[in-house]
Amino acid sequence: MGGYGDVQLLREDGLRLDGRKVDELRPVSIQAGILPAADGSAMVTHGLNVAVAAVYGPMEAHPRKIQRQDRAVIDVRYNMAPFSTSDRIRPGFNRRSREISKVTAESLESVVLVERYPRAKIRVEIEILAAEAGTRCAGITAASVALADAGIPMRDMIVGVASGKIEDTVVLDLDKAEDNYGQADLPVGILPNTGEIAFLQMDGDLSPEEYDLAMEYNFKAAAEIHEVMVDALKARYEESEN
Amino acid sequence: MSQGLSGAEQRLVTPGMTIGSLTGMRVGSGAIVHNDEIIATKLGWVRENNGTISVDPINSPYIPRSGDLVIGNVAEVRNNLWFMDINGSFQGLLPMSLAPWKVEYGQARQHMDVGDSSLARVQEVDECHNVVLTMKGVGLRRLSQGAVIDVPVNHLDRIRGEANANLDRMKDTSDCRIIVGENGRVWVDGNENGIDWVREALDIAKQHGHKSSFDSAMKKHEKKFNKKGDA
Repeated sequence: MGGYGDVQLLREDGLRLDGRKVDELRPVSIQAGILPAADGSAMVTHGLNVAVAAVYGPMEAHPRKIQRQDRAVIDVRYNMAPFSTSDRIRPGFNRRSREISKVTAESLESVVLVERYPRAKIRVEIEILAAEAGTRCAGITAASVALADAGIPMRDMIVGVASGKIEDTVVLDLDKAEDNYGQADLPVGILPNTGEIAFLQMDGDLSPEEYDLAMEYNFKAAAEIHEVMVDALKARYEESEN
Repeated sequence: MSQGLSGAEQRLVTPGMTIGSLTGMRVGSGAIVHNDEIIATKLGWVRENNGTISVDPINSPYIPRSGDLVIGNVAEVRNNLWFMDINGSFQGLLPMSLAPWKVEYGQARQHMDVGDSSLARVQEVDECHNVVLTMKGVGLRRLSQGAVIDVPVNHLDRIRGEANANLDRMKDTSDCRIIVGENGRVWVDGNENGIDWVREALDIAKQHGHKSSFDSAMKKHEKKFNKKGDA
């Protein structure tokens, strides 16, 4: 038995505790354009995670020292609401939210055509309203949809998805128990149309074979989530067409 | 890979979708080339025109171009210049030498103060997106009456209509003066009923501007005003 302690994460019938197969995603739903004040916005519900992203700009970058003469900067603020987990989270920035804001900003910079807006700033706010493992992935997916909704030019959208290892078995899309007691976690930001990887982090150990399988699951899931993203953007403008 | 459109019918595409092959096609706005394929960079409708494939975005920030007629709000006043919010990424700069008045150094605030609106033209945009405005020109002035209404920049063509047909109809129906700024701001001046009617018409443009139902919604709205007038 792998993981920490004696927590059983796989049932005897090979399914996971919530009844999912090893390569099955939690339910994902996305809504675009939910915040009227923002230039673009989206809400992603991924399992029990709820992430809201708002995009403002492009606007003049302030303070001026952060301006880049040849491109825009993307300012991401990822934050978990104090009520998003069962233990209250102290409001404000912490080490984890800084790290996630940084990796999210860097991955978004790789897809947004930042050279179109020199000296500008694109502000992306990601608020996690409910958390159940995989919030950085839900956040980056929400940010991608919000950027597209805001009309920011991008060469592709990013889909955030994670695989991991529990009880020596590679599984897709870890839930809270699997994340806490599993052996590895591999969150990835995938560009679904080009198949490129915008960010990749790994917590724990995976053998090369396990890594390949985890990435295979991730790519398969990214295609599924991408369809939901596209449907959400289209639904905003096509549903009331007559 | 998800496919966009390469036909006569318009279809909605999202960033990253392949909308055509590079062979025999030119790349227009809202698209880039990647591995000999034309990729959409914005959420919008694919348009093919004379061998050029482009994406008409649904939502787009205002990008100032030299010569644009804009409606700006004064955001900041210095001794010899005004900074105007022109609904773009950057504020526009109106130096006192390009104002329609003879302004003494330090007296800029007496002519136009923070919060005032004015009709200006984009004089120059440099490669760093610095925008210089001018108010020297026919009709360029401080807007001291009427209402300024925000509309999406990408719906301006729809609001104006072919050869300004929609705009002229709106002016005739409401009996208002209407000036459409390229920066997504519309100035309306007339009687209260007229302004209210134009405001509602522009709301329809915001809601239906990207749909085929726009024209019918506008016609319905025109009848509504006529009825009000008859009553």
